[in-house]
Amino acid sequence: MTAAPLEKTGSLPAEKTGLSHSVIFWIGFCAVMALLIAAPLMLGEFWRRFLTEVLIWGLLAMSSDLLIGYTGMISFGHSAFFGLGMYGAAGALLIVSPPNLWLAILFGLAGAAGAALFVAIFSTRLRDIYFAITTLIFSQIFYVIIFTWTAVTGGENGLIFDRPHFTIPFLVNVRFTSTTLHWFVLTVVAGSYLILRRVTQSPFGMVLQSIRENEPRTRAIGYAVERYKMMSVMLSGLFAGLAGVLYAIQNEFAAPDFVYFLTSGDTVIFNVLGGIGTLVGPIVGAGFFQLARQLLAQWFGDQFPYLIPLGVVFVAVIIFLPQGILGFARRWLNR
Amino acid sequence: MGAIGTFLQAIPFDLIVIQTVNGIVTGMILALIASGLTLIFGIMDVVNFAHGELFMLGAYIGFVVFVTTGNFWLALIGASAIVAVLGAALQIVALRPLIGRDPLNTILATFGISLVLQNYALWQFGPVVRKIPEPISSSFTLFYLQYPWYRVLITALSAAIIGGFWLYLKHGKLGVWIRATAQDRLMAQAMGIPVPLVYTGVFAIGAAMAAASGVLFAPMVGVSHTMGLDWVLKAFIVVVVGGMGNFVGSIVAAIFISLLEAYAAIWVDPSHAVIVSFVVLILTLLFRPTGLFVATPR
Repeated sequence: MTAAPLEKTGSLPAEKTGLSHSVIFWIGFCAVMALLIAAPLMLGEFWRRFLTEVLIWGLLAMSSDLLIGYTGMISFGHSAFFGLGMYGAAGALLIVSPPNLWLAILFGLAGAAGAALFVAIFSTRLRDIYFAITTLIFSQIFYVIIFTWTAVTGGENGLIFDRPHFTIPFLVNVRFTSTTLHWFVLTVVAGSYLILRRVTQSPFGMVLQSIRENEPRTRAIGYAVERYKMMSVMLSGLFAGLAGVLYAIQNEFAAPDFVYFLTSGDTVIFNVLGGIGTLVGPIVGAGFFQLARQLLAQWFGDQFPYLIPLGVVFVAVIIFLPQGILGFARRWLNR
Repeated sequence: MGAIGTFLQAIPFDLIVIQTVNGIVTGMILALIASGLTLIFGIMDVVNFAHGELFMLGAYIGFVVFVTTGNFWLALIGASAIVAVLGAALQIVALRPLIGRDPLNTILATFGISLVLQNYALWQFGPVVRKIPEPISSSFTLFYLQYPWYRVLITALSAAIIGGFWLYLKHGKLGVWIRATAQDRLMAQAMGIPVPLVYTGVFAIGAAMAAASGVLFAPMVGVSHTMGLDWVLKAFIVVVVGGMGNFVGSIVAAIFISLLEAYAAIWVDPSHAVIVSFVVLILTLLFRPTGLFVATPR
């Protein structure tokens, strides 16, 4: 097993350098946050929306990194969690009036959790390639159901709804502007990052990484590998669902296209481009991918098949830069 | 007696016969796709995500050759040959550097290839569905239907291609090399078998089989850039149900699943009949995760 996107390098903390590392990490974190907070004030409407969307895709990719990078299972089915999150939020916003942001998030998470439970129960029986294929097939099951169950899901047309207000009961009730929405999304994504980072560094996360390194040995030590895998899929699905909710709120619609396999494929691309097993890498990957797509569309027109050059770049990255853009910082980020 | 009588009357025998024939026809095409997929997996440990795209590209190249020459059989042979060469090139460029790495890398790489090929087809041919006419237009009467002989012919041709390949695998020189590599790669190499060449050859053969099924199937459904994903998903289900890397198992599973889907289409909408194969997959995963048609679970 030589270098690969799934390279089995140890990311366990080798030595404790103590203060300096964590100080640098938090300074870096705050700097990036400050930049992202200030960004919408300096960007035009289009790029503001673009940045918000990149953050949402980044959250989706980050959730799948927990599986790919830390547990060593490639999921080609994240569109199911994302889409169920979207449709869950849509359901809450359409059924309950007045539309409530937190209820939308709750419904979305519930939807994603349901899908994740289904996938977790069946797919975690299988390893490696088999897992990847079955997640793909399961996501297609959800796609077929959503696409054909027109009475509930709106079928091909999807569901359209109004964006809920930002509410804190009895205190705040304001309409989202694109700037405040950006800040809200940023808060959720940054919070998710910190939670996921904490999870991967917890004893639970260590077990996941040991499954990635050597599954039979982890089992031999006495860990219930299947249970850990299921937990990992569930957790990953929840954060993917959260991304779906955010996307639904930003764009005010839920469409079956996002449950389709292409979303899952994009998620995997973001991970590989940005660098798996880093959590922030996938966000960078999402930014890189979306920016490249946008620029190609601007230079060569909307009809330009941007996935041809990006697909070639993707294959080249797998062969020549298997750690991704942020691969060089992988050990440091996980410390 | 009366209850049984009404029950028997409720079963539309004519429909069942028709759907059996339909199921076997699609089953054989699916078997042709899936056997290429399972061959590549069994020998190279590569899950070829781009297999559906090779199938689709085969259909498109068949279409182009047909339009220029007007000969269906030339299109079949030409498309298979061109896609075989393309498959060999893809294997050398993208997959050979990945030998020895984690097999999951090859999934990612072939996924990247499939993206490129699919978008190339969309860009080159546009979203319009292209048609290749059936090479023989005669038909026979099946109950109230005029059933085209062409469908029977593709079934026979698919079976012939699979059977021919099977014989080649048993007796041909490359076939013996392939089996030796599948058994023990290191030992095969030690005996002087050019293993990298075998890998490239296997990928080319699998690609050619996918392309052939693409051309054969094109007159029935038309050629579009999305046909790859639909069929590769079905082929994946077949391969998992039949047991990964199990050549005979995947052929049996292909026919089994196609028959089930065809029967289901009698009672439910055809677009929902897909669910049946999903259910079969889930049940397989629950009770026989190594595949339904494996003699002894590993």
